[in-house]
Amino acid sequence: MPDILTAPATKSSAPTGNIVEMSWDPITRIVGSLGIYTKIDFDSKKVIECYSTSSIFRGYSIFMQNKDPRDAHFITSRICGICGDNHATCSTYAQNMAYGVKPPPLAEWIVNLGEAAEYMFDHNIFQDNLVGVDFCEMMVKETNPSVWEKAQRTPAPHAADHGYRTIGDIMKALNPFSGEFYRETLHVSRYTREMFCLMEGRHVHPSTLYPGGVGTVPSIQLFTDYTVRLMRYIEFMKRCLPLHDDLFDFFYEALPGYEEVGRRRVLLACWGSFQDPDVCDYDYRTMEKWGNAMFVTPGIVIDGQLVTTNLVDINLGIRILLGSSYYDDWGDNGEVFVKNDPLGNPVDRRHPWNQTTIPKPQKRNFADKYTWVMSPRWLDKRTGDHLAMDTGGGPIARLWATALAKLVNIGYVESTGHSVKIRLPKTALKGEVEFEWKIPKWSNAIERDRARTYFQAYSAACALHFLDKALKEVYAGRTATFTPFKVPDEAIGCGFHEAVRGVLSHHMVIRKGKIANYHPYPPTPWNANPRDVYGTPGPYEDAVQNTPIFEENGPDKFKGIDIMRAVRSFDPCLPCGVHMYLGNGKVLQQKHTPTAFAGLAH
Amino acid sequence: MVAENKTFTHRQSPVKEIHVVWMTTGLGCDGDSVSITAATQPSIEDLVMGNIPGLPKVHVHNPVIAYEVGDEFMKYWFDAAAGKLDPFVLVMEGSIPNEKIKKEGYWAALGTDPDTGQPITTNEWIDRLAPKALGIVACGTCATYGGIHAMQGNPTGAMGLADYLGWGWRSKAGLPIVNVPGCPVQPDNMMETLLYLLYQVAGLAPLIPLDDQLRPTWLFGKTVHEGCDRAGYYEQGDFAREYGSPKCLVKIGCWGPVVNCNVTKRGWMAGIGGCPNVGGICIGCTMPGFPDKFMPFMDAPPGSALSTKVVGLWGGVLRRLRAITNTTVNKEPKWRHPRAELTTGYEPINYARN
Repeated sequence: MPDILTAPATKSSAPTGNIVEMSWDPITRIVGSLGIYTKIDFDSKKVIECYSTSSIFRGYSIFMQNKDPRDAHFITSRICGICGDNHATCSTYAQNMAYGVKPPPLAEWIVNLGEAAEYMFDHNIFQDNLVGVDFCEMMVKETNPSVWEKAQRTPAPHAADHGYRTIGDIMKALNPFSGEFYRETLHVSRYTREMFCLMEGRHVHPSTLYPGGVGTVPSIQLFTDYTVRLMRYIEFMKRCLPLHDDLFDFFYEALPGYEEVGRRRVLLACWGSFQDPDVCDYDYRTMEKWGNAMFVTPGIVIDGQLVTTNLVDINLGIRILLGSSYYDDWGDNGEVFVKNDPLGNPVDRRHPWNQTTIPKPQKRNFADKYTWVMSPRWLDKRTGDHLAMDTGGGPIARLWATALAKLVNIGYVESTGHSVKIRLPKTALKGEVEFEWKIPKWSNAIERDRARTYFQAYSAACALHFLDKALKEVYAGRTATFTPFKVPDEAIGCGFHEAVRGVLSHHMVIRKGKIANYHPYPPTPWNANPRDVYGTPGPYEDAVQNTPIFEENGPDKFKGIDIMRAVRSFDPCLPCGVHMYLGNGKVLQQKHTPTAFAGLAH
Repeated sequence: MVAENKTFTHRQSPVKEIHVVWMTTGLGCDGDSVSITAATQPSIEDLVMGNIPGLPKVHVHNPVIAYEVGDEFMKYWFDAAAGKLDPFVLVMEGSIPNEKIKKEGYWAALGTDPDTGQPITTNEWIDRLAPKALGIVACGTCATYGGIHAMQGNPTGAMGLADYLGWGWRSKAGLPIVNVPGCPVQPDNMMETLLYLLYQVAGLAPLIPLDDQLRPTWLFGKTVHEGCDRAGYYEQGDFAREYGSPKCLVKIGCWGPVVNCNVTKRGWMAGIGGCPNVGGICIGCTMPGFPDKFMPFMDAPPGSALSTKVVGLWGGVLRRLRAITNTTVNKEPKWRHPRAELTTGYEPINYARN
C-alpha cells in the first residue's frame, strides 16, 4: 500500500466482486470546488464509501487579523460569490452586537427585503438552472431511459396550474438553454436580483450595508420598484411550486425506493433568519428572546425532535474539529480569547471565538488529510456526542425548525407545529393560493430539493410582510436608516443568520480597536466536511454512503446521477470548491465488505 | 417561399466556432461567474444561442453552469492543453496563489493528475493553457490584480494574472491580457468585453482598446465620481455626515473621485443599483490598489479633507445663489391666470374687447 492514498482504495488484491472506485472532481453546477470520491458496489447497487474534498484555500481568518472591525462585512462578503450578501449581513449583525448599536427599524426591514430577494433569486437559479439539469430530459434519457419513457406517458397532476401536460414535458422544459422553463428561470433570477440591488445596492457584494443600518434611500420609488417585481415572482411561484411537486412525486413513483437516495439521519440545523426590529436589540444577553422573534425560527432538530431554539445554546454548542483537513491543531497552544460569554457561560477552546487557524498544505491522502474544509460539529450536551449536523441545503432545516417551533404567525406565513402554511395573494392571472409544507418522512435528496421551492414561496410571503412594515415607517415619516456608533477598544460579537444554503455564523473578537480573531462558519463547512478526529464522516460523505444506485448504466458509462442528486440536494457552495470527477472506473479487488475500509478513516 | 440553409442577411465569421474555457479555480468566490448569469447586455443566452449576427458559434465551458461533470468536464481542459480545442479564449477568475512558497500540497487546484493521483494546481493549468489560448481575459479584481485574497497578511502569496504571467505577456495571436476588474465584475461589463473580443475574432472590430492597466478604455476611462448622480452635492459642498443620507458620501469613506469605474453610469443590473449613487461608499473594488489602499473603508479618504474644504467654501455660496434661482423658477410666469384680460404681451387684433 502506498503511503499516499490518492483515492479511497483498499488493501486487498484479489480481483473479485464488482466494487468500483469512482470519483467526480470537479462537481460542476454548484458554486466552488468540490470533489467526491467513492467506492460503488455494482452488485448490490450501492455506494459503500464516500470522501468529500475541496481544493482551494484562501485564509480569511488569517488576513482579517489586525484590520479595522468596520471592514469586516466588506471583506467577508467576498467569501462567497452567490451569497456574499448573507455574509455581509451576518457580519453587520456581529458588529452591531460588538458596538452595542441598534439600527432604526426601517433599516432592518430593508435588510430583510434584500435578504428575502436573495433567497428568491438564489434558490431559483440553483433549483432550475443547476439542480434542474439533473432532472431534465437530456440527463434522464442518458441515465434512466425507462424513466424517461414513463415520464412521457405520465400526466402531470397539476398541469392546470403550470401548463405542462406530462412529466416528460416538464423534463423537456428543464433542458439547459433550449428548455423553456430553464430560460424563464434565468430571467426570473435576474429580476429577483434587481429586487436585491434595490435594497442592498449590488449583487453579490452589497454596497449599502453598514453596521448600524443601511445607506439605501427609502424613497417611495424604492418600494414601488420592489413591489411590482415581487408580485411578478409570486405569480411565477404559483406555477413553479406545483411543477416541482409533480416532478419530485414522480421520482418516488417511477423509482420505488428513491427515498433512500441521499438519505441520512435527521440532524438539521438552522440559525434563524430575518430580524424583528420590534424585539431585536443585538444584546447577547437577550439573544434567546430576539432569536425566537426571527421570521425563520432558529433550531436544532435531531431525529425529528426540536432540541432547542435558543441561540445561546446553539452558540455554546459549536465545536470546530480537525481530523482530515490540512491544518495543524491549535490544541492547547491557541490563545483563549473568550473564556466566558456575556452571560457567564464557559466558552470551549474549540469554539469559533477561540479558534486559531494554522494552514498546512500537504499532499492529498484519503487515509489521512484530504481537504481544506474543517469539521464543525454541535455538541449535544444530553449525550456528549459531537453531531455532524447538516443544513440540508438550507430550506428543509429552516422549514422543519420553524414548523416545529410554532412561533411564526404573520398571516402570510403561519407555523402550525407540524407544517408551515404559506399564503400568496391574488396576482394578475391567478387567484389567492395557500401552500402547505408538511414535515416529510425523510431527510433525503428529494425532500431537500422540494423544500427549496417551498422556501422560495415562504420568502416571497415574508417579503410582503416586510413591505407592509417598511411602508408603515415611511408613511409615518420615520425614514432614518442609520444609527451612529463607536468601535470599542475591547469587545466580542456574534452574528447568526441563514445563508441561502443554510446556517451562517460570524464570531469576532476586538482588541485595541482591531480585529483580534474572526471566524465565519458558512453552511458548506457544516455539509462538506471530512471525517473528523473521531472518525465521524461529514454529511455529504454520510448521505452518499449507502445511497442506492438507480442509474441504468453500468460502470463503463456510469454518470453517477443518483450521487449527483444526493450531493447537489445540499446546494454545495464551496467558494473553495467541490470537484466531482468521474474516473474511468478502476475495478477494485474487494468484495462488498464495507468494514474492510473502516481503517481508512483514521 | 423562404430560402433555407442559406445566409443572406449578414456576412459569416471567418472563424466558425470558438470555445471559452473558464477557470474559476483561482482564489475567488465564483462571484464573477454568478455575475455573468445576471448580464442582459448581452446575456449568456445571447452568446451561446447565437443571437448576435456575424459571430462564431460560442461554446462556454464554465463549471458553474456546465452540463458535464468530472472527467467529462475536464476533457475540455486536457484537450485545450493538447491543442485539440482550437481556437479558445481562456477566462481566468480568482487570484493566482504562489505555489512556490511551501514544500508540498496546493492552495488551489482543478482536476486530478492521472499519473500522480494528486490535484492539478491552477497555476499548472495556466502554464499549460496560456500558450495555446487565442487570448486571455482576467475576470474580476482577484484575477486582474489580486484583490481581497492578495490583502496584506495573506498566507497564500496571491497575485493577479498579469503579475503571474508578466505584464508584457502576449498570446499567440499577439493579444495582451484583457483585464475586466470589479468585485465582482459588473455583469454587462464582462459580457460586453467578451462580445467585443468575438467581434474582433470575426474581423468586425479593431484591436480592443486597453489602458496601461490593460482595462477596456470605454469601460474604465472615467471615474465613479464623473458618472455619479450625487456629484451635484459635491459641487455645492453639501456632504453627508452619516450613512443613510442622500448626499455626497465623500466625507464618510467614498473614494469615487479617484476610482476608475462606470458603475454609477451603468448601474448594477438594468440600470438599477450601484454604489455611491444608491448610498454605498465606493471602496475602490475595481482598482489595482484594492483593498489595502482603501482601508479602513469607512474612514474619509485622506485626500478628501483638502478638496472638500476648498469645494465647501465656493460650494456654499453656489448653493445659496442656486436656492434663490430655484425659488424663482419654481414660480409660474404671472401671465397665467383666469382673469378676463390677456397679459401675455400678445397684441390682440381680431378678438380684442373694447
